[in-house]
Amino acid sequence: MSHIEAPDPKPRHRPSRGPRTEMPARPAEERARDFDEVNLGYSEEQAIAEAERCLQCKNATCIEGCPVNIDIKSFIGHIINREYAEGVAVLKERNALPAVCGRVCPQEEQCEASCVLGKKGEPVAIGRLERWLGDFDLACDLEGRCKPEVGEDTGFKVAVVGSGPAGLACAGELRRFGHAVTVFESLHALGGVLTYGIPEFRLPKSIVQAEIEMLAIMGVEFVKDIVVGATYTVDELMTEQGYDAVFVGNGAGLPVFLGIPGENLNGVYSANEFLTRVNLMKGYEFPKADTPVWRGRKVAVIGGGNVAMDAARTAKRLGAEEVFLVYRRSEEEMPARREEVHHAREEGIEFKMLCSPSEVVGKDGWATGLVTTRMELGEPDDSGRRAPVCVMDSEFTIDCDTVIVAVGTRANPLLPKTTPDLELTSRGYIVANDHGATSKPGVFAGGDIVTGSATVILAMGAGKRSAQAIDRWLAGTSR
Amino acid sequence: MFPVVYKRQLSESVFEMGVEAPAIAHKAKAGQFLMLRVDENGERIPLTFSDWSAEEGWIRFIFMRVGKTTHKLSHLEVGDSLADVVGPLGVPTHVEDLGRVAVVGGGVGAAVAYPVARAMAAAGNEVTVILGARNEELLILEDEFKALSLKELIVCTDDGSAGRKDLVTAPLKELCAAGALDHAMAIGPVIMMKFCSATTKEYSVPTTVSLNPIMVDGTGMCGACRVSIDGETKFGCVDGPDFDGHAVDFEELMSRQRVYVDDERLADAEYSRECRCHT
Repeated sequence: MSHIEAPDPKPRHRPSRGPRTEMPARPAEERARDFDEVNLGYSEEQAIAEAERCLQCKNATCIEGCPVNIDIKSFIGHIINREYAEGVAVLKERNALPAVCGRVCPQEEQCEASCVLGKKGEPVAIGRLERWLGDFDLACDLEGRCKPEVGEDTGFKVAVVGSGPAGLACAGELRRFGHAVTVFESLHALGGVLTYGIPEFRLPKSIVQAEIEMLAIMGVEFVKDIVVGATYTVDELMTEQGYDAVFVGNGAGLPVFLGIPGENLNGVYSANEFLTRVNLMKGYEFPKADTPVWRGRKVAVIGGGNVAMDAARTAKRLGAEEVFLVYRRSEEEMPARREEVHHAREEGIEFKMLCSPSEVVGKDGWATGLVTTRMELGEPDDSGRRAPVCVMDSEFTIDCDTVIVAVGTRANPLLPKTTPDLELTSRGYIVANDHGATSKPGVFAGGDIVTGSATVILAMGAGKRSAQAIDRWLAGTSR
Repeated sequence: MFPVVYKRQLSESVFEMGVEAPAIAHKAKAGQFLMLRVDENGERIPLTFSDWSAEEGWIRFIFMRVGKTTHKLSHLEVGDSLADVVGPLGVPTHVEDLGRVAVVGGGVGAAVAYPVARAMAAAGNEVTVILGARNEELLILEDEFKALSLKELIVCTDDGSAGRKDLVTAPLKELCAAGALDHAMAIGPVIMMKFCSATTKEYSVPTTVSLNPIMVDGTGMCGACRVSIDGETKFGCVDGPDFDGHAVDFEELMSRQRVYVDDERLADAEYSRECRCHT
C-alpha cells in the first residue's frame, strides 16, 4: 500500500524574489509645509507583493524579534492568501494598536533585524505590512472591524494609570481576561505620548483615537482629567474606590535640561513643551486654537533621538527658515530611527554632528545663539558608543532665536510622592520585576516609569505582561 | 464637563467662579491650583483656588479678564460648563504656627491670599493682612478678610481711593521695622512680590511667595514654568507654586511671563472681533 499524502489546503507559497517594496511618501518640499502624514502606506498590490517576499520560514525568527511576539509569519501568510480580516485578528491577538506600531516601532532593530532575508539582502518590510493591515482594519466600518473577544465578567476591578502605550495595552489585555478596567488620564485627551508627543505627520491622531475607540467598545472605561497622585492616590483607588489592583503606566514625564547657562531664556523650550503645544494643544492652528507656540526663524534642536527629530521637523513645519540638529556624537551613534533621520535630512534639517552645547546666549531676555564646542570621538564609553571628547579652542556660536532641548526625560514625582510604600530606584523610577510587580501588593507598573525613556512597543509589552501578572494575582486573592 | 455653579462679579474685570468638581474639592488645600480649559479649542491655564467645599463638592477661583481665555471664561454663566478642570496641583502652602505672620495680597492675588490667611489664622498664627489694589474698584474680598479672625487688616490703594494711599510695601516695612513679624507671605503681581521680598530681606524676615509662571500641563511634563531659585532651576507646578521669596530670580520670571504677550493680544483681538460679529 502506497502512502498517500494529504493535499495541502492552500497552494504552496512560492516566495517572490523581488526587491523590498518601497512605501510611497509625500515629496519633502510639499510635506515640510504642513502637518499631514509623511508616509502614505502600501496599496493592496504593494502589500501583497511585499508579503510574497516572505519565505514563511518553518522556524520564524522574526517572531522572537518582536517585543510582544506577534505571529508575524501567520499574519503575512494571511496577506498572501488575501485573508485580511484574519490577518488583523492575528495582529490583535498580541497587539491592541497595530496601526500605531506599524508606524512608530523601530522594526529595523526588532522583527526585521531577525528576518532571514536580511542576512543576504533586504528583510521583509514587516512594519509596513503591519501598518497596512492595521489601516485595513480602521478603514472598515465599526461592525466589520476586528473586535478581540472579551472574557466573561470576573467581578474584579482594575485601575490603569495613564492612557499611553503601556496603559492601553494593559487595559485591552485585562478586558480579554474579563476584568472591569478604568483608565485614568491626567490630560484632557487620551493616548499619552502618542497624542502629546509624536507629531501628526508621523502618527495621525485620528488613528490613535480609532484604536482607543475599539478598546472602549471592548468595555474599557476612560476617565480624563484625573491626576493619580493628586486627585486620587493609589491607596484611595484600592480602598475607597474598590479597585482590586492598579497598573501604573504614567510614563517618564519630566523633561531633562542640560543645566547650561541661559537655558531659561525666552525661546528655549523642552521638546516636551514644544511638542505638547503643537500636538496636544494644536498650536499650529493658533489663533483658531487658543494655545500659542513661539515660531522661531532659526531653530537649534539639541539631541539625537526620535524626539529630537520630531521637534526639528515640527519646527520646520511651523515655518522656520533654518533648523539645526545639534548632537554631541556622530550620526552613527544617533539613537533615532534611520527612517526619521532620512526624512529629516530630506526636509532640509541641517545636521551639526559632534557639537556639544555649552551656553545659550541672549539679548533682552530672548535667546540669540547657542554656543557649542566641537567634539571628536574617543574610546568607547559605558554605553559601548565612542565617547565624544572636546576639541580644544573650537568653540563657535550657532545663530538661533529658538533652542529646543531634546535630551530625555526623568520620572515624574507626583504619584510616588503620595504612594509611600512604592519602592523607587535612586533616579525615581518605580522598581518592578519582569511581570510588572512592584513592592506594593496589588500594584503593578510598566513602561517608561519603570525603564526610563524607551519605545512605544516596549511599553506595550510591559503593559501586556503586567495584565497577565495582574490576572494571576487576582486569581490568587479571594474576594 | 464641569458645571459652573456660582458666579460673582467682583469688579469691572474681576470675577469669582465656582465649579462642581467633588473629587478636587475633597483634596484642595490652601495655595494649590487647578488647570482649566474652557472649551475644545481652549488653552490650559492655571488658577489658584480661592475657596472650596468638600461637603458640597465645589471649588472656586478668581480671575481677571485680560486675554482670550479669561474673556471666554467671563462669558460663562451658572448652568454652563467648562470642558476640563484638573487638580488639585502644586504643593500646598506650608501651614503651621509661625507666630506673627503678615499675608500680603495684591490685586487678584488677594483671591489666593484669602485661603492662605484663613489657614494661617486657624493654625494659631497672629495674622495681619495687607490688601493692596490700584484703586477701590479693583479691591476685592475686603469683607471676606474682615470676617476672618485677624490681628489687623490694612488696606492700601495706589490712588488712595480706599484705605491708605500707599504701596503694600509701606505697611510691610513698618511691621518689619517694629520687629513685629516672624514670617511674611506675598501673593500678587510678580513686581509686588519682588519688592515685598526685598523689603523683608532687609530685616531677615522669612518670606514665602506664590509664583504664577506660564504652564501648559501643570503636572511637571513640559517645564514651561521653570523658575530659578538660588540659581537652581525648579518647576513652578510640581516644586511650587510657593517658594522662598529671598531666593527667587524675579527678573527672569517677569521676562518669561512676557513670552506670549503679542500672541495673547492677537488672540484676544480676534476673539473680540468675533464676539462683536455675533452680537
